[in-house]
Amino acid sequence: MSEHTMHTTPREWIRENIFLGKTVGEYIRSLITPFNIIAGAILAVGIPVILYRFLFGLGASTNLSDTNPWGMWLAFDMFFGVAVATGGFIMVVGVYIFGRDDYKSMVRPAILTGFLGYFFAIAGLVIDLGRPWFLPKPFIYFGTASVLFLVAEHLALYLTIQFFEFLPAAVEWLGWRKVRHHLHKIHIALIILGSVLVMGHQSALGAMFLIMPSRLHPLWYSTYIPYLFFASCIAGGLAMLIVESMISHKVFGHQVEASDHEKIHRMTMGLGKAAGYTLFAYFCLKILSMVHGFTWQHLWSGWGAWLGVEVIGFVVLPLWMFTRAVRTDSIKMVRAASIITVLGILVNRFNVVVIGLNWNAPEVYIPHWMEVMGSLTLVTLGVLAFRWVVNRMPVLYRLPEFPDE
Amino acid sequence: MAMNRRGFLKLLAGAGAAGAASVAKPSRASEEFEGYPDRYGVLCDISRCIGCRSCEQACNQVNNLGAPAESFDNDKVFETKRRTSSTAHTVVNKYQKENRPPAFVKTQCMHCDEPACFSACLAKAFDKTPEGAVIWNEHKCIGCRYCMQACPFYIPAYEYDNAFTPRVTKCTMCYPRIKDGGVPACVETCPMDALIFGKRSELITIARKRIINDSEYVDHIYGEHEVGGTSWMYISKQPFEELGFNMHLGTTALPKLTYGYLATIPVMHITLPIILAGFYVISKGRKVSGKDETKGVQK
Repeated sequence: MSEHTMHTTPREWIRENIFLGKTVGEYIRSLITPFNIIAGAILAVGIPVILYRFLFGLGASTNLSDTNPWGMWLAFDMFFGVAVATGGFIMVVGVYIFGRDDYKSMVRPAILTGFLGYFFAIAGLVIDLGRPWFLPKPFIYFGTASVLFLVAEHLALYLTIQFFEFLPAAVEWLGWRKVRHHLHKIHIALIILGSVLVMGHQSALGAMFLIMPSRLHPLWYSTYIPYLFFASCIAGGLAMLIVESMISHKVFGHQVEASDHEKIHRMTMGLGKAAGYTLFAYFCLKILSMVHGFTWQHLWSGWGAWLGVEVIGFVVLPLWMFTRAVRTDSIKMVRAASIITVLGILVNRFNVVVIGLNWNAPEVYIPHWMEVMGSLTLVTLGVLAFRWVVNRMPVLYRLPEFPDE
Repeated sequence: MAMNRRGFLKLLAGAGAAGAASVAKPSRASEEFEGYPDRYGVLCDISRCIGCRSCEQACNQVNNLGAPAESFDNDKVFETKRRTSSTAHTVVNKYQKENRPPAFVKTQCMHCDEPACFSACLAKAFDKTPEGAVIWNEHKCIGCRYCMQACPFYIPAYEYDNAFTPRVTKCTMCYPRIKDGGVPACVETCPMDALIFGKRSELITIARKRIINDSEYVDHIYGEHEVGGTSWMYISKQPFEELGFNMHLGTTALPKLTYGYLATIPVMHITLPIILAGFYVISKGRKVSGKDETKGVQK
């Protein structure tokens, strides 16, 4: 597929680049795999569910209430999805700003994961909004006193930036040399602007809760919450990079150059080390936030026990595992610790956005099955989009005719 | 520019005059919004309320909220604690402790002086009017429901069953009526004079007098200072904490809790690019001079 000729007819180009060199019939037959059947089944239920939500409203498709107006679509798709999609940011800054060229082969898959992560997080938000067709209104009325305005502005800009960061791969696929050359010129500016936006909206997602001191449980409410969200999203992004590269190298192994298989071990260990440091920083911040807010007095309760599960099971344990794995050079343990870290971000975001929020209200929110299905559908679409792109564009490998400028 | 002595003195005189003029103004920009001076409010005297729910009925009619599930003279609704909803902008709950008379507490939007919903909205869909009412604008709302989460009183409700034009619903202090010189419908209809509408400053004086003249009252005006002050205030002869009031809201207006964070953002926007550009220049320089000591595999 890295066969790339400039002098083909459009018909040949489509066959080569869209249908992977197969005829349409062959291509459709090649799609019948166990993975695709499961994905197809999820979409067959999930897409009608999303349509149902738009036709009959949030009341018919969710368990949201006046007391618990936020549910799974925000907690999972937006707060968790965005928190583990920072891999693209981490990689471009590491490689192009700090000059760690040894991680270069990870940049494109990381940007693609990041872009799709943000894209489907925003898709989740659109499903959750009461009036999604009014989405541009904040940019007309400028509610600048709102932390959510900051989030919206930064998310919109950063999604655009990630699109441009990934564009070189798409442009190489299309064979547009001149555009590729021009894109390279704005490269560093995009990365720096993107970094500012990531630090802005990741911390702002946490800062959204600053206004809710009486509604968020004191063990999670803290004036430190913007910084807790930022530290945890870096750990989550690093862990997700390790998980994503593990899966990519298993599923798309044939696309990866031989040298990269050797590199992957070294890169995984390096990222694991970084994730360990970040988790340690997060752990210190969390302890400090509780000392600062005198909230440790709430520890001797059921809520305290649950926080203990979150912090010991999903922060201290993976932190210990990363440390141990780096010492013993165990790639398996780094990967296991990464999976626990990603799950830890999930637990933390659910604790802040759903479980610990409105903790003293009598009503308890349990997601409707359609909410679970909607989130599952978006994840499936994200995975399918990732595979579609990786199978076509130079993401895991580089085209010889487009060396780095 | 050439300047002779006379010109220089003139300039000094001008600067002096400007300095004198600026002394008359406050020497430092005030961070405190003390509220619109003539804003209205409602004082609710819980000890006078008999739980007749005629305020609920009046609110229902004025806002065209449709027939209620239970009629307004059905006392069974008191068996559970209710909250405001898209079909009831005010609700009365009953609190009874043994050997005490029942207390009835009317709940509705408190119309905060610095509303959390107002500051939470990213599309400025809320307004705090000079009259004191906090109102919501249908044409700006995108339906994120952050206002509902931000409200410390659990007041804004949502029309979840409306698929295409769901609205955030809450008490408007009957803003259309008070703009025309009227009073809110619940106040007008209350047979026990448990509700008084007026200038907020005057209501506080009335509340103080009642507390001073009758030692049975709890010495607290709920809403005078809570979350920076609210237009709707309560006095009671039974402890507020036993009547479903949150006594731990503090006196800081909730929007203020976000200002410190928001102020760091422009600073970050200006300094971070410079720092990152610096790192870029350093790492690029290292490569050019061939002193790249990063340990990894060469590209």
